[in-house]
Formats: sequence, C-alpha cells, structure tokens
Amino acid sequence: MQLIRKFYYGDIPEDAAGAAKAVPAQPASDWPLWEVFIRSKQGLEHKHVGSLHAADADMAIENARDVYTRRSEGISIWVVESKHIKTSSPDAAAELYEPAQDKIYRHPTFYDLPDEIKHM
Amino acid sequence: MENHNLETRFQNKIDQEIKIEPRDWMPDAYRKTNIRQISQHAHSEIVGMLPEGNWISRAPSLKRKAILLAKVQDEAGHGLYLYAAAETLGQSREQMIEDLHSGRAKYSSIFNYPTLTWADMGAIGWLVDGAAIMNQVMLTRTSYGPYARAMVRICKEESFHQRQGFEVLLVLSKGSEAQKAMCQDAINRWWWPALMMFGPRDSESTNSDMSMKWKIKRKSNDELRQQFVDMIAEQVKLLNMTLPDAQLRYNENTKHYDFGEINWDEFWQVVKGNGPCNKERLAARKKAWEEGRWVREAATAYAAKQKQKQKAA
Repeated sequence: MQLIRKFYYGDIPEDAAGAAKAVPAQPASDWPLWEVFIRSKQGLEHKHVGSLHAADADMAIENARDVYTRRSEGISIWVVESKHIKTSSPDAAAELYEPAQDKIYRHPTFYDLPDEIKHM
Repeated sequence: MENHNLETRFQNKIDQEIKIEPRDWMPDAYRKTNIRQISQHAHSEIVGMLPEGNWISRAPSLKRKAILLAKVQDEAGHGLYLYAAAETLGQSREQMIEDLHSGRAKYSSIFNYPTLTWADMGAIGWLVDGAAIMNQVMLTRTSYGPYARAMVRICKEESFHQRQGFEVLLVLSKGSEAQKAMCQDAINRWWWPALMMFGPRDSESTNSDMSMKWKIKRKSNDELRQQFVDMIAEQVKLLNMTLPDAQLRYNENTKHYDFGEINWDEFWQVVKGNGPCNKERLAARKKAWEEGRWVREAATAYAAKQKQKQKAA
C-alpha cells in the first residue's frame, strides 16, 4: 500500500527517484553502540545526550568529546555500551507508574493551611 | 490487543502531542517513513560535507579556513546524530551506509551542484543552510522523539552556518567590482536549486498525507518555500544584490512575495542521478569509506587485543 505520496525535502521515495536495488550490508563488522552522558558543569548530574559507535570505551570517550562538546557543552563524559542498559517495558507503564497518580497526599499542595503561616 | 486498537492509541498520542519513543508501538509504515526520512537526512549531512570540504584548503584566509573546517565538522556531527536516531528504529548503521553507496538511498539533490567559486561558500551558508533550517526548525517538533531531539541539537549549531554564509557574501558585496560580480553569480546559480530543496508542489500530492497526520512533517512544501522566499527576498536587499527571478515581486493582497516557476525537469533529473555532480559525490564517499577501512579494522583489532590483555591480567 502506497501511503506517502507527498515528497518532502529529504524524503524522496526510492521508487520515484530511480533508486538502485537494495544490497544487504555485511553484518558483524559494526563497532558496538555506546550511550553518552555529559556533565555540563560542576555541580550538575551527567545527562544523556546521544549515542555513537566506537571500537572500545576510550574511543567512545574521544568521539563523544568531538561530537558532543565542541561548544563547551561539557566538562565530564560517561560512556556505557548500549547493550548493558536495561529499560522498563512501555507495556508495563500502567502498573509501574499509575499507582502514583492517586497518592496526591505525597505532594505539599495537598495540605490546606492558613495563609498566615510563614516559612512552610 | 488488536492492531486496530493499537493504531487508535498511537494516533491519539500523536494528536495529543505526546512524542513517540523507540520502544513504543508504532505502525510499520510510520517506522519505515521515519527510517527513510531520517537516514536520507543523515546522508544529506554527510554528502553535504563534500562541496564545502572542497574549499577548506582554498579559503581566502586562515580565519575563513578555520570557520569552514568547523562548519564541515558540524555537518559530520549532524550526520551522526541523525544516523543514531534512525538506529533507534532498528535500522543498522552499516545498512544505511550500504544503501547510500549502492545508490539506493537518496540525499538532498542540492549537493549535486558544483561549488565553483569562493562566493559559493557564502551562498551555500545563506541559501542552502537557510532553506535547510526552515525544514529543520519545523522538524524539532516532529512526533518521533529521537528525531526531534537530534533536530534541536542541529538547529542550535546550524544558525552559525547561515550567519557565516551571509557574512561571506556581505564582505564580497562591499568589495571590488570583480568580488561583487562573483557574489551575484553565486546567488544566481544557487537560488533555484535552493528553492527546489523544498520538494515538489503540494498539488502533486493526490492521496491522503500520512506524514502530516502522523506529525512527522507539520508544514507543506509550498508553505515552507513561500516562507523562505519571503525571508530571502528581504535579506538580499542588504547585500545590494538581486535574485534571478524577473517575476519576483511583493504582493500587497497576499502579503507574500510572488515568484516564478521552478524548472521541475531539472529537479527530477538531479533527483534521479543526472545532476552535475551525482557521480562524483558518490564516488568520493565510496573512496573515503574504502580508504578508511584499514583504520576501522585496526581500531577493532586494537580493542580486541586490549580486552584480551585485561582478561589475562
């Protein structure tokens, strides 16, 4: 089924552009994928900024420096191979996060106090 | 759960402006469209380094060389952000590179035009990056999370590209007669290809447009193109130069600039691989890939050896 008929910049369908046949890539020579975390300044936490391929951890840090800190975005880098990251399943979102929604007494705004009270 | 329900839930999320993340359920066509669009975008950044890389050693001063080098390095980074975003959809990096080299995947046709003079570096920054930014600013709000995040990063860096380009032309426009002529010539040659970057006219589309429904795209080709013309038609006055279109004039009724017809034959010729530099660009990419093979292999071998050493210790 041909759903997309409008061609945008950067989105010319292959069949409309005289594309060659697909050639499967040689597998297994790809470097592993690494996730990159950057501390933007002292006192702040490392934050996920993106990912990249590298042969080993040292190379991942060097590449992360070149790619993610060219404009003084960071002073410290963590890298971790993507395969070591365990993610919670989106299917389990309801059981994991919904119970918090009916526990509004965990928020300070739940408590109705007189306006005269100071420093609280 | 039935597919129908999943699709309804998916569309509800999109309608509520909730971003789609890699592990969320998505229709196959949404995944494929995103893979195609993001990888083509990545290829455009990578191939886009070639016309400018061509001028790094010939830039007129050390300052200009350093600026151009930084810009080309940015493009490499943009390619990487985008490849990484496409990989979150399950497409391997190697397959994308293979698709580019085999001629299966496309990149923006603009990079199949030659860069003949130094003024072309200015015209590319101002017009080509300018056109790309219109598209990219819109894409910072695209529905697929990793693509949107890559775009935010890219847009931050891209604004330097456009400003330096305009400045290159501004300096030329205040120079000698020969420099002014070079400036006008570059504008003349890049204007129409830049307009073509927005793609075919909206009226060429007959079917329902899923890309809009899925909020991958949020503005039509013609909308973005008009926005671009309105912007550039004003900016060109500051250069004391003209745009090569006799029909270009401000329309009091529409509050927009009217402009002439794009040469669509040329557009499709270039898209289909018959542009002035299509073959040269792909050949340069493949050559760089082949010549870098030993570096990739050496790094892999070194990493394996280090790992073994660590085990032994």
